[in-house]
Amino acid sequence: MTSTWWTALAGGGLIGAASSLLFLTHGRVAGISGIIGSLLPPVARDLDWRIAFIVGLVAAGVVLAIAAPSAVGASVRSPVLVVVAGLLVGYGTRWGSGCTSGHGVCGLSRLSPRSLVAVVTFMLTGAISAYVAGVVS
Amino acid sequence: MAVTVGTNCGVSCRVASAASALVAGGLFGAGLAISGMTQPSKVVGFLNFAGGAWDPSLAFVIAGAIAVYALVFRVVLRQRKAPWFDKVFHIPSRKDLDLGLIGGAAIFGAGWGLGGYCPGPGLVSAAAGHSSAILFIVAMLGGMLLQHRMAKK
Repeated sequence: MTSTWWTALAGGGLIGAASSLLFLTHGRVAGISGIIGSLLPPVARDLDWRIAFIVGLVAAGVVLAIAAPSAVGASVRSPVLVVVAGLLVGYGTRWGSGCTSGHGVCGLSRLSPRSLVAVVTFMLTGAISAYVAGVVS
Repeated sequence: MAVTVGTNCGVSCRVASAASALVAGGLFGAGLAISGMTQPSKVVGFLNFAGGAWDPSLAFVIAGAIAVYALVFRVVLRQRKAPWFDKVFHIPSRKDLDLGLIGGAAIFGAGWGLGGYCPGPGLVSAAAGHSSAILFIVAMLGGMLLQHRMAKK
């Protein structure tokens, strides 16, 4: 799938609609790292909606693999670097109370100062990291 | 649609509650794929604006998402006292900037720029059967567990 600015905008709109649905029905921030992290010890008490949301995300991946496999791209790094990236993303999102969805979409929409600082910070270190990894590899 | 919430949530109410969260997750995943967020090469190309040949299209993802959510969020808060399946809206109230917020966001960004995966696209790509994304998710869960352990101390 060659994504242009308008597919990016439409896909973003769908992400916003999905987050809106979760807020209307459960009053919750659609923050993926928070929802996944609360399934790990110490486990959250209200598991039903969290598990259902994750199952929905996983189902989307399974459907994509069958219906539109090209929509999911290949990794750009070696397995060792992917593991390092995963550790950093897991640790960082929990310590920083959110990721692209929770801080980026929901937090900025609420004009949260914490989320604005988080987004500026992770965009900056993301840019540095992508640049350095691009030069080195 | 007026559903009595909380302790009065019976079987059909609980099914509807879970189904709505499931649909939200499914739509979220579809949105990630349509937007290009499940293409690590695009994500890295977007973040790497210092490296030449910058691909700005993913900026429209957050623009589209915020345009919809910022509006609906405000309308829902104005129109309703509570969400359909809970007694209250759970809105983060913290305003302080602490080391965890900034340090955590910095570490997350480093991992995002390195691998091209943030948690949602990583999970969707793993579910689609990409071995590197599965590796990413396993490592991410490990990183989360490590943070939880260190936070307890």
